[in-house]
Amino acid sequence: MPGGLQLCLFLICFIKTETKKGPMTQAAAPPKKPRLAFFSFTCCEGCQLTVLNCEDEFPDIAELVNIVNFREAIDEKSDDYDIAFVEGSISKPEEIEKLKKIRTLAKVLVSYGACSTGGGINCLKNRFPIEEVKRMVYGKDAASHKFIDTIPVMPVDSVIKVDHYIYGCPILKKDFLHTLTSLLLGKNPETPNYPVCTDCKRAGNICVFERGMTCVGPVTRAGCEAICVTYGAICWGCRGLVDDPNVNAHAETLKRHGLSAEGVTRKFDLYALCEMKKLRGKE
Amino acid sequence: MHKDHNINIHEITRVEGHGNIVIDVKNGVIKELKLEIIESPRFFEAMLVGRRYDEAQHIMSRICGICAVSHTSASLKAVESAMGMTISAQSRWLRELAFAGETLQSHILHLYFLVLPDFLGQGSILPLIKSHPKAAKLGLNLKNLANEICRIVGGRHIHPISLWPGGVLHTPKKTELRQLKTRLVSSLAMLEETIEMFAGFKVREFKKDREYVSLKAKKGYALYDGIPYSSESGGIGADEYARAVKEFMVPHSAAKHARTKRGTYMVGALARLNNNFNRLSPRARAVAEKLGVTAQSNNPFLNNQAQLVECVHVTEDAAAIVEKLLATGLKEENPVKPKTCGRGVGIVEAPRGTLFHEYTINKSGLVEKANCIIPTAQNLRSMEDDLREFVPMILDKSKVEITAAIEALVRAYDPCISCSTHIMNVKFA
Repeated sequence: MPGGLQLCLFLICFIKTETKKGPMTQAAAPPKKPRLAFFSFTCCEGCQLTVLNCEDEFPDIAELVNIVNFREAIDEKSDDYDIAFVEGSISKPEEIEKLKKIRTLAKVLVSYGACSTGGGINCLKNRFPIEEVKRMVYGKDAASHKFIDTIPVMPVDSVIKVDHYIYGCPILKKDFLHTLTSLLLGKNPETPNYPVCTDCKRAGNICVFERGMTCVGPVTRAGCEAICVTYGAICWGCRGLVDDPNVNAHAETLKRHGLSAEGVTRKFDLYALCEMKKLRGKE
Repeated sequence: MHKDHNINIHEITRVEGHGNIVIDVKNGVIKELKLEIIESPRFFEAMLVGRRYDEAQHIMSRICGICAVSHTSASLKAVESAMGMTISAQSRWLRELAFAGETLQSHILHLYFLVLPDFLGQGSILPLIKSHPKAAKLGLNLKNLANEICRIVGGRHIHPISLWPGGVLHTPKKTELRQLKTRLVSSLAMLEETIEMFAGFKVREFKKDREYVSLKAKKGYALYDGIPYSSESGGIGADEYARAVKEFMVPHSAAKHARTKRGTYMVGALARLNNNFNRLSPRARAVAEKLGVTAQSNNPFLNNQAQLVECVHVTEDAAAIVEKLLATGLKEENPVKPKTCGRGVGIVEAPRGTLFHEYTINKSGLVEKANCIIPTAQNLRSMEDDLREFVPMILDKSKVEITAAIEALVRAYDPCISCSTHIMNVKFA
C-alpha cells in the first residue's frame, strides 16, 4: 500500500505548509514525527522481518516516523515512543514485566502476528504439563537452568490492554502498512471479521474439501486473501477464530470428511488452542 | 599493561534474537566471559509430538522467520526419509530454487542491514538511506529479488506455503520464471557493486585454527543436500551426525571438560567455503580471491565476505535451475504418498550452517519424537572461544572500541538466536 503512505506524506507536508501560513505558527516547531518502537517476545521474529521486507516503502516510512526501538535492525534503544508494535507470545515471567512497562510507555499498542494476538503455535506447548515439556526438550537438568524458566504460553492481551491487532502467521506486509497508515492519519485500522472462505472464493480457488483435504477456513478470520490455499495448501487457521465461530458445526463437517475426534481437536488446536480453551470455558 | 574492563552488552543489536555478552577483565586477565542466550525457549521438539507428519513442516518452519525455507526443507526431508518418499526431479529443483532464494535473502539481510552499518559508522540501515543512498538501494533491491524467488516457488519467503511432504504443491508460471531469470542475471551487476564496496572495507585481523563442519555433495556446492563433512576428520554419516555432534558438544554441557581442539567447531558460510571451495562457480571463486577468502581461511570476520561469495554462487545457481525448469517444461504434479513409517533424518545447509532434524513417526502418521540441531547452537562455543582469544589482543583499546570489536565478531557469525534456543544443556563457564 505505498499509495497510503504517500497520502500520509502528502497530508503531513500539506499540514506543515498550512501551519506555516497560519497565524498560530510563530511558536510552532515542525510537527514532531511519531516515534515507533518494535518489541519481540517468544516467537520466530518473522513478523518484524515482514516489516523489514517493506523495501519499496522504507524511504517513505523513514520520512514519516522515527523508529526508536527495533533490536534486530537498529542500535538505538529508547523509552520515549508513541506507538509500540508487539510481536510474540508471553512465555516467561520476565516477559510479563517487560510487556507491562511497554504498555505504560506507549500511547498506542499494536499486537502483531499470531503469537502475539492469539498465542500462535507456541500454545501447542500448553498441551503438556510445564515440567514435562522442559524434560522432553532439555533433559533432566532443565529444572536447574535459569534461562529456561518457562510458563504456559499466553497471548499479549492476556496481560495488558491491546489497542489494535494485526493477525496472521506471518503478518502480511499490506496489513502492517494499512495499520501504520491508518494510525498516522488518526483513523481506526479495521480488520475483517468474516471467514477465510470468503477470501478463498474471491481468489477463485477450488475448495480444499473438494481436493480431498480438510481445513479450518470456515471458522478462521479472513484478510489473508486465502494465500495458503492459492499456493496449493490448506487454511491452517493462523488468523485465529472469527467472532462467534460455529465451531461445533465445523467439527461435524470435519468428522464427515473422515477426521476422528482427536483429528478434529488437532485441527482446531494448531493456532486456536488458547482461544478454544476460552470458548470451551464459556460453554 | 594492567587493564580492568567490565563489559556488559545487554541485548546485542543487529542480530537475530536476544543475547547478552558479559566480559569481566581484571588486571588484563579475563575473569568472566559469556555469551548469554536470553531468548525465550520455545520447546519445538515437544510442540511437534503428537502432530501429523504433514503438519511438521508448517510447525517447524516457525522456528525461524529468517531461515524458514531451511527449517521447512530439513523437516520435509526428515519426514520423507522416515516415510520412504522420493520426490520428483521438478519438486527437487523447485525446492533448490527456494533454497537459493533464502540463502541470498538471509545473506543480504545480514550484510546490508546488520553488518554494513558497522563499516559505515551508523547504527542501522535507516540513516544509510540518506547518507549512502546508492548502497541502501542496492541492498533493498537485492533483498527484494531474493524474496521474489521464494514467493514464486513457495508463495512467500517467511514460512513458505507450497513445500509439502512428497513434493511441491504449486507450479510456478512460465512467464514468472522467465522474468525471474532476467532479474537474476541482471542482479549480478548489483552484486558486483556490493563486492566493490566490501573490497574497500578493512577486515579485522584475527586468525585461529579451527574445525569446519558443513555438508559436502557428490556434485556441486552442497546446500540443499549432501553428507556432513568435517575439515579435520572427513565424512560423517547423516545418521551419525547427532552422535558425532554430541561428542563435539561435550564442552557445552559440562564446563569441567578440557576443551580439545575438536571440542569447538564452526558452521556457516566460511565453513562451507573451506570445505567446498573447488565446488564454487568460477565467478564466485574469483570474487573469493578478490575479497581475500581462500580455501584455508581461519579468520571468523571473513564469514561476511564468504556470505557475499555465496550470494554470487547461489544467484548463478538459481538462474541455472530456472533454465532447467523452463527447458524441461513444468507440469502440475501431485505429491508422492507415504509408504512406511519410522525414524528419519533431514539435513541441509541453512544460511548459518548445518541444520539437522530427526523425527520418529508412528503407524498413524503422528510424530512421536523430534530432535533438532541448529547452526547457531553449534557456533555458540566457537564464538565464546574466539572472544576468549580475541579480547586479550585488543585490551589496550578503549572500552567503546572493544565493545564495537566484540559485537562485530559476534555479528560476523550471523547468529540466529531464535533458532538456537533449542540447544541441550547450554552451560557457560
